[in-house]
Amino acid sequence: MSVSGVGLPEIVAAVMVLALNAYALTGGADFGGGVWDLLARGPGREAQRSLIAEQIAPIWEANHVWLILVVVVLFTAFPAVFAALGTVLHIPLTLMLLGIVARGSSFVFRSYGKHDDASQQRWGRVFAVASVVTPVLLGTIVGAIASGAAGAAAARLADAAGDAAPSYASVYVTPWLAPFPLVLGALALSMFAFLAAVYLAAREPALRDAFRRRALWAAGAMFVAASGALGVARMTTPHVASPLVHGSALALQLTIGATALGAIWAIYARHWRLARVAAAAQVSLILWGWVLVQTPYVLPPTLTIRDAAAPRVTLELLLGALAAGAMLLLPALWYLFRTFAAERRVR
Amino acid sequence: MTDLLAARTQMAVSLGFHIVFAEIGIAMPLMMVLAEWRWQRTGERAYLDLAQRWAKGTAVLFAVGAVSGTVLSFELGLLWPAFMRQAGPLIGIPFSLEGFAFFLEAIFLGIYLYGWERVGPRVHLGAGLVVAASGAASAVFVVLVNAWMNTPTGFTLDAAGAFASIDPVAAMRSPAAFQQALHMLLAAYAATGMAVAGVHALMLLRGAAHDFHRHALTVALLVGAPAAVLQPLSGDVSARVVATTQPVKLAALEGQWATMRGAPLRIGGWPDAAREETRWALEIPHGLSLLAFHDPSAEVKGLRAVPVTDRPPVAVVHLAFQAMVALGSALALIALCVVVIAVRGRPIAGQKPLLRALVLVAPFGFVATEAGWIVTEVGRQPWVVQGVMRTSSAVTPMPGLVVPMVVFTLLYLGLGAIVVALIASLVRETARVRV
Repeated sequence: MSVSGVGLPEIVAAVMVLALNAYALTGGADFGGGVWDLLARGPGREAQRSLIAEQIAPIWEANHVWLILVVVVLFTAFPAVFAALGTVLHIPLTLMLLGIVARGSSFVFRSYGKHDDASQQRWGRVFAVASVVTPVLLGTIVGAIASGAAGAAAARLADAAGDAAPSYASVYVTPWLAPFPLVLGALALSMFAFLAAVYLAAREPALRDAFRRRALWAAGAMFVAASGALGVARMTTPHVASPLVHGSALALQLTIGATALGAIWAIYARHWRLARVAAAAQVSLILWGWVLVQTPYVLPPTLTIRDAAAPRVTLELLLGALAAGAMLLLPALWYLFRTFAAERRVR
Repeated sequence: MTDLLAARTQMAVSLGFHIVFAEIGIAMPLMMVLAEWRWQRTGERAYLDLAQRWAKGTAVLFAVGAVSGTVLSFELGLLWPAFMRQAGPLIGIPFSLEGFAFFLEAIFLGIYLYGWERVGPRVHLGAGLVVAASGAASAVFVVLVNAWMNTPTGFTLDAAGAFASIDPVAAMRSPAAFQQALHMLLAAYAATGMAVAGVHALMLLRGAAHDFHRHALTVALLVGAPAAVLQPLSGDVSARVVATTQPVKLAALEGQWATMRGAPLRIGGWPDAAREETRWALEIPHGLSLLAFHDPSAEVKGLRAVPVTDRPPVAVVHLAFQAMVALGSALALIALCVVVIAVRGRPIAGQKPLLRALVLVAPFGFVATEAGWIVTEVGRQPWVVQGVMRTSSAVTPMPGLVVPMVVFTLLYLGLGAIVVALIASLVRETARVRV
């Protein structure tokens, strides 16, 4: 876990995690909105759904591009990792893509298609279900990477010669269809739902109580999933779990815990600005906690940041492109959010 | 079906699906912006109505384009991991630039679609312009990657056959880069502009609201017709680059089996791979040498110059090429009529035969694009990187690839049908427009 010198590969890796972090906080919350669409209950059900749709509509495509940026940086800077993940995680990645396609298309079909109840309900249902399934798969994929199972499967596949080929299941199925990745799937889902509920509660005074309750429930679900992940990790993959309770990781865990308590208090006490910041910080810290645990590996247990990195010329050009792109992107994003961030006017 | 063929089919289906939405995403914002600009200049409601209705359609088509583009970026690794492991550091730079262009496109499309009442008129128009420009930039960056696969540069091969001394900037400036990017951009404007013109021509023929559809027709033709007229010239440049950089692809396009001086241009015909000859074609003497090298007695390399294992599936490539040229020429001809009539200052909406012709050729641009994409991709086979890496050595070792191929094919067939129905209903709504 020691960080011996920070060079270009580490910087590019950090930028990639930043992009993933941005995706979790923005694109993730859009998926969370779909979760609350699915779970919309009570007399305010349709009002909740229309608030969610209204909030997501102008920004979800921009938020989605963070994921594409992560993928592009991954295959440019760490091509061997991209190749290994595309191979052994083919099935969950394909399922996640189906979820992404279903979520995005059904959302626009609902917004721009026929306005009769039957088609609205049909597309609304596809949107909501895809919004639940996709984050679970994303978390599962992260879990398969973090547990080292995906990396190990890729290494077995690469080492195998002819007759001694490893079984289909051991390479393409069991690395991700296992307790730890699935619990991380639940964690990702609850994190995204939590973010969405906090963001939504801050938006619309009339629905504030409904989303406040949901935010608190989601915080509880996150706690259960995070504890479950630690417990499962200790039982099944001790090499992941043991660094989690030592040294700087322990300090980070305590920070996450404190942030979580702060977020819950802010939600409870209705300090919405603070709640938003604390919720985003909590999710970000969990993400960086994962990164810290698996550093210096991009794909544990075999591929380190250094080993997997592309040649220097690529990393330099990529960083240059990312810096230039960020100078255009960040003001544009700021403008987008500012344009649509005004608190919803009460009608 | 072998896993390789399943992977190739899945990639072809994914690209063939996405390319239509990508083209629309490039050209439609330009048309929206032109309509909005006319509204701001003239104050005619019909132009505003037009910009807003086109924006609705664009919102749907862009979203489907965005998600199907996401699928493609992952499929590079899901289907071709060995290719990406080698080529990622080389072609990742244009892809990352494309990522930023796509970002700007998505951000400003959000502002454009949902900001009518939140931002000022100049900012709104500006947002539309950014969408149009970044859509075009995205296309250029992606096509640079494809051009590199056709004419790879910017690396050497070490003893183990791995890429070494890579130069990503040189890779972006491969010999095919300029002409492929130009050809793709013109295709996007021509296909989309002429298709939209055809839709509004149909509505005019059916006697729908006159001003609305007349303006729509004018703007669509303004974007589509010049591009359609120029496209054959760009095609000529493309063919000459292919002739010098990918002689086997050229031979496949033309069904040219023997290496010869003064090769004929073949129209139609069926390349018979078993007999190694192209039968039943109309041959124009010296035509191919003249077109490909601008010299009637230039030598054209034939397919027999390379082993059978290095040849693409000739019949598919030849037929796709013929279809592209025929459809593109028909489109160019109609577009030329439009330009001539417009230059003479006569109203296009009043020319019934021309309106009928526009309806007829409406789908030609998209079909020609698909055919052209088949030409460039199938024509490069058996290589994924021309002369360097075979498609068969790039494919994932995962077995059972027929399953995801079938799943994505069905998904895209379903999505395509839903999108067509939705756009058709948006078009039908315009029959009730009263301006």
